[in-house]
Amino acid sequence: MSSEEQGLPALEVPPSTRAAPRGLPARFFDSDLWYSFRSSRLVVLAGIVTLLMVGAALLAPLIAPHDPYDLRALNLMDSDLPPAWVQGGDPRFLLGTDDQGRDILSTILYGTRSSIAISVLAVLLAIGIGVSLGLVAGYFGGIADTIIMRIADVKLTFPAILVALLINGIAQTLFRGRLGGAEFWILVLSIGLSFWVQYARTVRGMTLVEKNKEYVQAARLIGMSRTAIMFKHVLPNVLSPVLVIGTINLALAIITEATLSFLGVGLPPTEPSLGTMIQIGNKYLFSGSWWMVAFPGVTLAVLVLAVNLLGDWLRDALNPKLR
Amino acid sequence: MKLRIMTLAAAVAAAMLTAPVEAKTFRYAFQGDLNALDPYTLNETFTLGALGNVMEGLTKRDKDLKIIPGLAERWEIAEPTRWRFYLRKGVKFHNGEDFTADDVVFSAERALSPESNIKSRIAAGTKVVKVDDHTVDFVTTAPNPILHYEWDTWYIFSKKWSEANGATKVQTSSSQLSPFTLKANGTGPFIVESHQPGVKTVFKPNPNWWGKPEHNLTEVIFQTIKSDATRVAALLSGEIDMMDPVPVQDIARIKANAGTDVLTGPELRTIFLNMDSLRDELLYSDVKGKNPFKDARVRKAFYQAIDMEAIHSRVMRGNSANSALLISPLLFSRAAEFKRHPYDPDAAKKLLAEAGYPNGFAVEMDCPNDRYVNDEAICQAVVAMLARIGIKAKLNAMPKAKYFEKAGATQKYDSSFNLLGWTPGSFDSHNVLLNITGCRDDKGAGAFNYGGYCNPKVDELAKLVLVETDTAKRDDLIAQAFRIVHEEAGIIPLHQQALNWGVSKKVKIVQRADNQILFYWVQKE
Repeated sequence: MSSEEQGLPALEVPPSTRAAPRGLPARFFDSDLWYSFRSSRLVVLAGIVTLLMVGAALLAPLIAPHDPYDLRALNLMDSDLPPAWVQGGDPRFLLGTDDQGRDILSTILYGTRSSIAISVLAVLLAIGIGVSLGLVAGYFGGIADTIIMRIADVKLTFPAILVALLINGIAQTLFRGRLGGAEFWILVLSIGLSFWVQYARTVRGMTLVEKNKEYVQAARLIGMSRTAIMFKHVLPNVLSPVLVIGTINLALAIITEATLSFLGVGLPPTEPSLGTMIQIGNKYLFSGSWWMVAFPGVTLAVLVLAVNLLGDWLRDALNPKLR
Repeated sequence: MKLRIMTLAAAVAAAMLTAPVEAKTFRYAFQGDLNALDPYTLNETFTLGALGNVMEGLTKRDKDLKIIPGLAERWEIAEPTRWRFYLRKGVKFHNGEDFTADDVVFSAERALSPESNIKSRIAAGTKVVKVDDHTVDFVTTAPNPILHYEWDTWYIFSKKWSEANGATKVQTSSSQLSPFTLKANGTGPFIVESHQPGVKTVFKPNPNWWGKPEHNLTEVIFQTIKSDATRVAALLSGEIDMMDPVPVQDIARIKANAGTDVLTGPELRTIFLNMDSLRDELLYSDVKGKNPFKDARVRKAFYQAIDMEAIHSRVMRGNSANSALLISPLLFSRAAEFKRHPYDPDAAKKLLAEAGYPNGFAVEMDCPNDRYVNDEAICQAVVAMLARIGIKAKLNAMPKAKYFEKAGATQKYDSSFNLLGWTPGSFDSHNVLLNITGCRDDKGAGAFNYGGYCNPKVDELAKLVLVETDTAKRDDLIAQAFRIVHEEAGIIPLHQQALNWGVSKKVKIVQRADNQILFYWVQKE
């Protein structure tokens, strides 16, 4: 049993039975969730930072001073320039340039965009796979349960990064030279496939509890099909822990993406993500070009910290035992 | 109890007294892996250099790269087409077997087998005849004054050992290894004690070596350290005694450190770009039904799009010499006559438009990322420069073991555009005309012609070069051949990289311009 499972909320009253005549925003700002969010300054800060970074990343093409992915705009003679405020800096490049003459600031914006996009898609993929398998395993039980859970057990014995590397290796060999820009989707696939087990186990545990409750029995009595019960009645009631794990996993996915890129199996060097930037910068650590690794490194740390704080808060807020 | 401790102490003291020499371990690191211990698998300087401490050829090269006797004591040209080699007597392989003429005949067959990567070491058509146990004749099809120029890296295998260990066939892939490639049985000054491909190799001195050791080592440990920063850190901290290459951005840092220094020198290796001009359609491109690289104008456009001054000053930080030739000017007397086609993106665009590609085209570029100095950074810079003339090149950077398989003969030159470096093993232009610009055949010609460039006129000249004995005439033939390659931009030469070894000041090491790391000359304090 993992700690996440033990800390899960058990929703006694299905939300569909609550009377809620008011509009959604009003309900949200009136809720316990919003209250607990407001009451912690750290969480509010984390929320603002996350929002700012995601916003800046999404708007990268509009706000970035250069397009670092446009190879035509790169000039090798601009390479290795320090930040603008340091001796030898160039005002065109606020945070300096890397070894190919890419503007660090713009690359961070574009790189964060790729990192977040890959991570969100990967987590969604993991949720999709994990929740479906968990529901099936928990609701049907028997042989389906055994097979799915044994696969999950085997998968749990390998570290996520190892599985991601393995899937990445296979996919790269399969798709080599066939698809342009396949690296992005290979990353989504490899991270997504290495994260599904947690969801499957959690959802299975929840489903085992939920399926014996009266509302499920009632639905069965009126003759609903098993699939319909599974998705219409059980699913909504097992989703809140999935949301918590998803948020925490998002931070982990960002780190995994950076690790894969750092190891050189992620995005191509011509379209660097944060991990690729840190890998490039790492080569110049001894030569004094600290800006190549420092700025992307700090960005990655802040982003992951902020998302993690949000995830922790969400877990506590939704946990009835801590209320 | 007390007695026992006394005995133990006495034993320890005795052991310390009888230890003949202080243990001296030489540790070195390279950015790439040492994979198969089969020197016929991959014709690559680093691998051949490492194995050159363990195995030997009929000839050797001294500290100044002059040919000296190796396993052959002496040789003579009996007739213009018959060379006689007298083998050294009393030489034993590491496993105790005697070295005889049978081993030479066997090694020649092995080197010429279809799987071999070093077929061109022995000129095509040469017959190897055993005269007696210590005499071997080489019968060539035509007079060949440079027959033995590359034999210092044609290492002799033991016939019996190879048969007993399943090593008669050459290991073809340097990434998927047969068991025998984890061992080596040579005649050289060092013995491989253990080998973990891609991680660590341990060498011990061979007490029965025929020569007089010029080193004072008791052990050598080789490690692969891929990351530039980690390799520098390991040298600075004294964890290793020597490493290659020093990242050009860290030369100053290593020189400034009290215990370390950088050994620099010109390297004979030339770095160049190959374009697949052989296939009728490129494997990795959006141009279908034809091959743009067949058009010399397209190749010249690529040539002129590359700003070598920028690569020299920014990527290599001055540690390179731009080259118009596929051979170092140190190895060809008339190199100064050749000038690079000037960097001119506008002319390049015009050439592309004339060839029918006004909007450029897309192509994939393969590049090693742990073989040459800043190889991946060079490729990235080239890709960016090509983008400016409308060529959308997609970069695939990969470790050398994978790269040499993909772009090379193993996977039938599965590449459209790639970067390669080459030091002619014979230190002579004919080697380049045969391996790099020669039309590919199944006898080893053009084996490293990763783009498949083929001009029969160049091949004709190469054949004349091989048999010409008059230096001036020979150089003229070479110049003619290089002129053709230059004019039609068959291959794009980039530069000769500078040699930068990071060394501990406790170590004296010989740095040859061919960049082989030979630790049998290392003296450690």
